[in-house]
Amino acid sequence: MALWLVLAPLGFAAFAFAIPGARVRPWLLPAAGATQLVLVALELGTRGSGAGEPWIGLDPIGRLVTAYLAVLFFLCAAYAPGYLALRAERPNRIFCSVMLVFFAMMNLIASAQHLGLMWVAVEATTLASGPLLYFNRNPRSIEATWKYLLIGSVGIALALLGTFFVAYAALRGGIASSMLLSDVFASAPRLSRPWLHSGFVLALVGYGTKMGLAPMHTWKPDAYGEAPGLVGALLAGGLTSCAFVAILRFFQICAAAADSEFARSLLLFLGLFSMAVAGAFMVRQSDYKRMLAYSSVEHMGILVLGIAIGGAGSFGALLHLLNNGFSKGVLFLSAGNIHRAFGSKRTSEVSGALSVLPASGALFLAGFFAITGTPPFGTFVSEFTILSAMLHAERWGVAAAFLFLLVLVFVGMGSTVLAVVQGEPSARSGTTPYRDSWLGVTPIAVLLGLVLVLGLWIPAPFVALLREAAATLEAPR
Amino acid sequence: MGETLDLVLVGVLLLNFLMLGTSRLRAAIQFAAMQGVLLGAALFIAHGQTGGRILLLSIVTVLLKGIVIPTILLRATRNISVRREIEPFVGFTASLVLGALATGLSLVFSRSLPLLDEHVGELVVPASFATVLTGFLVLTTRRKAITQVVGYLTLENGIFVFGLTLVEAIPFLVEIGVLLDLFVAVLVMGIIMDHIHREFSSLSTEHLTSLRE
Repeated sequence: MALWLVLAPLGFAAFAFAIPGARVRPWLLPAAGATQLVLVALELGTRGSGAGEPWIGLDPIGRLVTAYLAVLFFLCAAYAPGYLALRAERPNRIFCSVMLVFFAMMNLIASAQHLGLMWVAVEATTLASGPLLYFNRNPRSIEATWKYLLIGSVGIALALLGTFFVAYAALRGGIASSMLLSDVFASAPRLSRPWLHSGFVLALVGYGTKMGLAPMHTWKPDAYGEAPGLVGALLAGGLTSCAFVAILRFFQICAAAADSEFARSLLLFLGLFSMAVAGAFMVRQSDYKRMLAYSSVEHMGILVLGIAIGGAGSFGALLHLLNNGFSKGVLFLSAGNIHRAFGSKRTSEVSGALSVLPASGALFLAGFFAITGTPPFGTFVSEFTILSAMLHAERWGVAAAFLFLLVLVFVGMGSTVLAVVQGEPSARSGTTPYRDSWLGVTPIAVLLGLVLVLGLWIPAPFVALLREAAATLEAPR
Repeated sequence: MGETLDLVLVGVLLLNFLMLGTSRLRAAIQFAAMQGVLLGAALFIAHGQTGGRILLLSIVTVLLKGIVIPTILLRATRNISVRREIEPFVGFTASLVLGALATGLSLVFSRSLPLLDEHVGELVVPASFATVLTGFLVLTTRRKAITQVVGYLTLENGIFVFGLTLVEAIPFLVEIGVLLDLFVAVLVMGIIMDHIHREFSSLSTEHLTSLRE
C-alpha cells in the first residue's frame, strides 16, 4: 500500500523525536532508509493490484519517483551518522526528526493522486526543510532560511491559487468539480480553457519557485550555499524532483485536455532561460557551494526542456531526473567534506583538495564530470536523448542553444572545480583535523556508481517503467 | 445571501486599503486578523446551509486567521522596540494608489474571465484577486520581516476568498491541511524572526544582505 511509504518515515520521525540518546538517534536515518527500500521493493513487486485509497496511489511516475527517493535517501542517510558525529556539539533531535518528516512528505508528493493533497505535502516539505537549512545557526544561515521560507511559501501560495483555478475550470465546464487526478483527466476535454491556462501558469510559477527555475530561483544559491552538504543533497536531488512531479501533474492535465502546446511553449522558455541564467552565474563563481546551486538551476531547466520537446524528450527528462539527483548527491556530499576540511567554501581559500582529501576530492571531480554529461555517465545518455529528441522534432535553434549552454556550463563549472581540487593545499587545510573516513566517503562512491551504471546499462524492467511513465505524460489516464 | 456576502467582501477590500495605508506594525497585524474573521464569516454566509462541516471550518478559520496567527505575530512585535514600518520601498500614499489600481484591475480582469452565472456581478472573484495583489504589494514594498509575513497572510486570505467558489470541490481534509500549513508556516517564521531579532537586534530585513553574488 502506497500509504506505508509515507507512514513509515513518519513513524521513524516520531521515534527519533521521542528517544533521548543523541548518539544513537542519527542511526535511525539509515534504518528508516533501509525500511523504505524494502517497502518500495514490495510495492513495485505487487504492482497492478490497484485497489487502495483513491487519494494516494502509485501511477508509473509515482513508482519511478518513490523508488528513486528511497535510494537517494538511504545513501544520504547512510552519510548522516558520520556527519552528525562530527557535529556532536549541536543538538540533533529536531534535525533528525524533521529530516524524516521531510522525506515522508516528499513521498506523499510523489504518490498523491489529489491536487489539494499534493499541495499540502509540498508546503509541508518547505516548512520541514526550514529547520534543516538553519542547522548551523549563524547569521548567514538565518538569512538563507528566511528567504527560503518566505519565497517558497509565497510561491506555493500561487500554486494553490492555480490549483483552485483548475478546479474552477471544471465547474465552468459544467462538470462536478473534483481535484482527484483521475477525475480531472477524465473530464479534461471539457475544462474551461482560460481558467485552465491561467491555472497552469500559476502552478508553473508556484511549483517552479520550489523547483528553482529561473527567474524564480533567487532563494536557491543562498539556501544551498548555507545548508549542510547533506541537506543540500536532499534538497537538490529530492525536493526539486518532487516539485518537478507537481508540475508534471499539471502538464498531464493539459495533455489530457489535448491542449499541451501552450504548456510546452512555456516550459521551453523557462527551460532555456534557466540554463542561460545558470550558465551566466556559474562563470567565475567563487563559492563552490553556490556554484552547485546554479548547476541545480541549470538541470531543472534541462528537465522541463525535455518535457517541452516531448516524445523521447520526456523519456530523457525522466531518466535525467535520476541522473541529476544522484550526481547532485555526489557533488553536495563531497563538497560538504571539502568544506569541512578547509573551513571555507571560497575558491580563493580552497585548493589542493585532491591531496588533502584524496577520496572526497576525486569524487567531487568525478561528480563534476558526471553532472556535466561526460560519457560514460548516465547524464550523457539522458542529455543526449533530449538532444536527439530536439533534432528529431527539427527544433534546430533550441538544439543549438541547448548545446551551447551545456558547453558554457562545462567551462564555467570546470574552472571552479579544478581550482578547488588541483594545486598545492591551501593554508586553511591545516586549520581543521577533518580527513576522509569510510563513513563519509562510501555513500558518495555508491551514488557515483549509480550514475555510472545508468550510463552503461539500464535494466530492462526499469526502461519499461520509464517508457510507461513517459507515456502517461502524452496520454494520461 | 449574495448581498450579505458582498457586504462582507467590501469589508475585506476596505481592510486591504487600511493595511496599505498604515505604518504601525501592530495595526497591520490587527487588520489582517479582522480580515481573517471576515473570511470565516464569509464562508459561513456563502455555504452555511450545507451543514456542520462548513460551520466547523468557519470556526477553525476564525480561530486560526483571526486569533492564533495574529497572536503569534503580536507577540513577536512585543519584544522589539520598533513599532513602525519606516521608509518602505514604496511610500504609503503611493501604495494606496497602487492598491486602488490593483482593485480596479481586478474588477476589469474578472469580467474578462468566463465566470459561472452565479458569480457574475458578485464580488467574490474580483475581491480575491484584489486581496492577492494587495498581499503581493505589502510583501514586496516593506522592509520589516513582520510586515512581510502580514503580506503573505493577506495573499493567503485572497486565495481563501477564491476558495469560496469551490467549497464543494475541496475536501474537508485538504481545507484543514491548508490552514494547518499556514499556521505552521507562521509559527516557523515567528521562530526565525525571533532569531533574526536576536542576531541583528532588529527585525529589518535590510540586514539580510550578506548573501549576494
